Amino acid sequence: MSTIYTPISTDKPPYNDAIEKLGAAIGSLGLLVLLISWAGVNLPQPKLWLYGSLSAMFAGIMIFSFRRYMTKPAGIKNNGNFLSGTVNRGILGWVAGILITGFYVCLYIKAEWLGLGKDGVANTGFVGLFDPLAMAIKGKPASQWFVYGTLYTFAILAFGVKFILKYRHNKYHILRTISIMFFQLFFAYLIPEVLEVLNPETATNYFGKDMKNMWPLNSYFFEEWSITNMSKAGFLGYFFLFLGLSMIFFISPVLTYLYGKRWYCSWVCGCGGLAETAGDPYRHLSDKSMRAWKIERWMIHSVLLFSFVMTIAVIYGYLPNKDSYWLNRTSFTILVSVLLFGLAAAYYFLQNKNDEDYGQKVTYIVTGSVIAFTILFLVNYISGSGNAFILSNETLRSTYGFYIGAIFSGIIGVGFYPLLGSRVWCRFGCPMAALMGVQQKLFSRFRITTNGSQCISCGNCSTYCEMGIDVRAYAQKGQNIVRASCVGCGVCSAVCPRGVLRLENGSVDIFSKTTEKRVAMIPESEIGIL
Amino acid sequence: MLKKPNNYSMHIAIIGNGISGITTARYLRKLDPNARVTVISSETDHFFSRTALMYIYMGHMGFKETKPYEDYFWDKNRIDLKNAHIQRIDFNEKMLHTQTNEQISYDKLVLALGSSPNKFGWPGQDLKGVGGLYFYQDLERMEQYSKGLQRAVIVGGGLIGIEMAEMFHSRHIPVTFLVRETNYWNAVLPEEESKMVSREIIKNGIDLRLETELKEILDNGNGTCKAAVTNKGETIECGFVGLTAGVHPNVKWLKDTELEINRGIKVNAYLETNIPGVYAVGDCAEQQDVQAGRRPIEAIWYTGRMMGEICAYNIMGKQKSYDPGIWFNSAKFMDIEYQVYGAVSGRPPEHHASLYWEHEEGNKSVRIVYDKNTNEVVGFNLMGVRFRHEVCEKWLREKTDMKTVLSQLKLAEFDPEFYPSFAEPIISAYNKQTGSSVRSTASRKWNQVFSFLHKA
Repeated sequence: MSTIYTPISTDKPPYNDAIEKLGAAIGSLGLLVLLISWAGVNLPQPKLWLYGSLSAMFAGIMIFSFRRYMTKPAGIKNNGNFLSGTVNRGILGWVAGILITGFYVCLYIKAEWLGLGKDGVANTGFVGLFDPLAMAIKGKPASQWFVYGTLYTFAILAFGVKFILKYRHNKYHILRTISIMFFQLFFAYLIPEVLEVLNPETATNYFGKDMKNMWPLNSYFFEEWSITNMSKAGFLGYFFLFLGLSMIFFISPVLTYLYGKRWYCSWVCGCGGLAETAGDPYRHLSDKSMRAWKIERWMIHSVLLFSFVMTIAVIYGYLPNKDSYWLNRTSFTILVSVLLFGLAAAYYFLQNKNDEDYGQKVTYIVTGSVIAFTILFLVNYISGSGNAFILSNETLRSTYGFYIGAIFSGIIGVGFYPLLGSRVWCRFGCPMAALMGVQQKLFSRFRITTNGSQCISCGNCSTYCEMGIDVRAYAQKGQNIVRASCVGCGVCSAVCPRGVLRLENGSVDIFSKTTEKRVAMIPESEIGIL
Repeated sequence: MLKKPNNYSMHIAIIGNGISGITTARYLRKLDPNARVTVISSETDHFFSRTALMYIYMGHMGFKETKPYEDYFWDKNRIDLKNAHIQRIDFNEKMLHTQTNEQISYDKLVLALGSSPNKFGWPGQDLKGVGGLYFYQDLERMEQYSKGLQRAVIVGGGLIGIEMAEMFHSRHIPVTFLVRETNYWNAVLPEEESKMVSREIIKNGIDLRLETELKEILDNGNGTCKAAVTNKGETIECGFVGLTAGVHPNVKWLKDTELEINRGIKVNAYLETNIPGVYAVGDCAEQQDVQAGRRPIEAIWYTGRMMGEICAYNIMGKQKSYDPGIWFNSAKFMDIEYQVYGAVSGRPPEHHASLYWEHEEGNKSVRIVYDKNTNEVVGFNLMGVRFRHEVCEKWLREKTDMKTVLSQLKLAEFDPEFYPSFAEPIISAYNKQTGSSVRSTASRKWNQVFSFLHKA
């Protein structure tokens, strides 16, 4: 008997082979430079260190990604996710979470800890490191926001390439990721900076110049200074005012009707962009439980309501009391009341009464709270207190800005990626996502269809849903998936080993798209459900 | 004894908490709020998706992620779960006896016992480090022997075999895959597809040995396997041997009872066994009246689900007969997804012909099988391409002819958005092959699909 054995297989690397580790090490060295400068060390020749650091991080990510994905056949690459501490809440996961959270805390609350020089003092440390780049792009020293914007864009671009390599067999993901990278680089980063350079007066009279960042995600759009600065900036200002209004009232609802909220959340949005690229390794950490879903629904819709209330209060606060101008407190009150009642009525009539997810209770809560706030608004108007709601307009604004804008969207939203998954903000807090979610649920052509009875309940779809949707619960019933929170990233469809899910748009059955189910052979209408 | 609620219409005991047993329990509860339903299993406390065992090992999911229902679900729906191993059933007394000498009485009994991996009497087949992949415990065994494993040998070229190969491969453990046939799974897959999967296996660095059988497994002296010996006289050193040469109904322990058993538990169309009040569902059930295109025992996920549903109706006195409809199935071979609808075989009957189109990259193909005499389409076999179940089913049910199917082919396309359509190259392959001039007249847009499906 011979005992000679000649293996055909040559593939025997450990999980992270030497070259992947080398990539990770080079990237970490680049990151280390940032950490050292954050610690307050003023590096000599910041230009060299900054470009060196960015290049090292980029090179590290590229080496890692090319080695990890391009040396293997194209396909789903989730091996080891639940065995790795880095992406499954191990020590490295916690370290990453704490570092990012710390960065956001400094960013929003203590920018001087990043080295921001105030009142004419030169930048030091972290922010100082970015001065050369800021000088090159806009001809003045960096601010903490410039540092943030640069790193944010860098992350989306570098990890975007990684994501494309990971999903290189899937055209939907390639196009979607290129779109995200494009919108971040140009719309969020370069165009606003260039516009400011070309229109220097708008730097001191600042207003948001990210064309895709619309209210209510851009919570300050309607604030007095923002409107005033836009109105003072000539064509550019009026362009942004007009664009902002049409985005909210026309472009966004129409696109959401046509394609679902994915047109924004996973194709355009910056928050979504970071989640889809840098946040991708953490997508499976989102909580899929019914409890999490309940919390999500209360939380995100409360933020939406809060953003409405805050914005109404802010506008009300700066409008003239007299009828010196057609838009005054009286006309605004009438306008808003009609709008709110209209929205409540629309919800009441559009909501699908056969939909299991949203029962009558939800209708009562939605219409009830809208009506309650409208009445509250009217009462405050009549009382002549000058406040739109009981609290002062400014209190509402600053509370929203701090708790929602800074703590929620930044610190928790990104800092907690390695702990709660990549879409915490999008899922629990984003008022834009909430608004488009309601539109998606009520009148969008978008849905994810289920392929007959092919589902084997394996759970890959639910596991890799970054929004925490239990996709499997629908798929195994042969039911379409129409969820307000679905951002249409398409990963459920990609990871399904049986080809069960497809993202689709169609106008024929908008109001019955969730009702059909496929059971063995007996429709559920024949039996009584408990 | 289990605690009994104060009043219930009857006690239905279900042995087995796989998809068939659990679906039975869920539908029983839907149909009757008062019945007491107990699901007994010694495998796991809660229902999980057996099909996802491989993903736990590969690190795609944790065990928790494989559970389709959260743990509170069972209490909320008053489905009692009992972790116990039933050793003996007294059909006359309607009593179950557990391994720990507990007794559980029932009014109706559902046997959802599942399967066990086949062992064909190989010397050494019961050594440690040898086993199949079916139960959760099999996964634990694989995990246990994976530590420091230098090589695994897998025996049997079916769906579980390739899954197991992929599992070890994901942990960079070298795999030798012994397949008895000339190409992977070629009794089921037509030749071209079978070759495609064989290529895929080799491409992934797996040592595929075609036309090779296991002869014996060698003992390392401590009762653990150390090598597999093939029928070609080769000894392959390995710390694990995966036995994946099919499964058989897990009914051996009931062989000497009054329950009628052939290979599986014999059931009629209502899933009733020969003993009144006793039903069998899922992998362990053997149909006596088999529909065309179906086999008496089908150990697949969806038939278990369908049987569970039908069984619940019959227990509740609403007679429904089991009819799984037109055959379909799916799987994934490494990175190649596979779907089949209707009659596709590695050994097709004389009157079947097929149109086969393969993508130039050799990892996607579409085969449409039709009847040579009537030109009716009888089956679809898809590799790396997703088709829509309902559309294929409707064509098959309505015995649609080949030309109509081809002209409407885009209706069936289920690949993600922006993926290329392969309808045109498929149609031109057909036109070339038959000298016809079929043209595509449909699109894959949902509105068109919807009106097609809802057309009487």
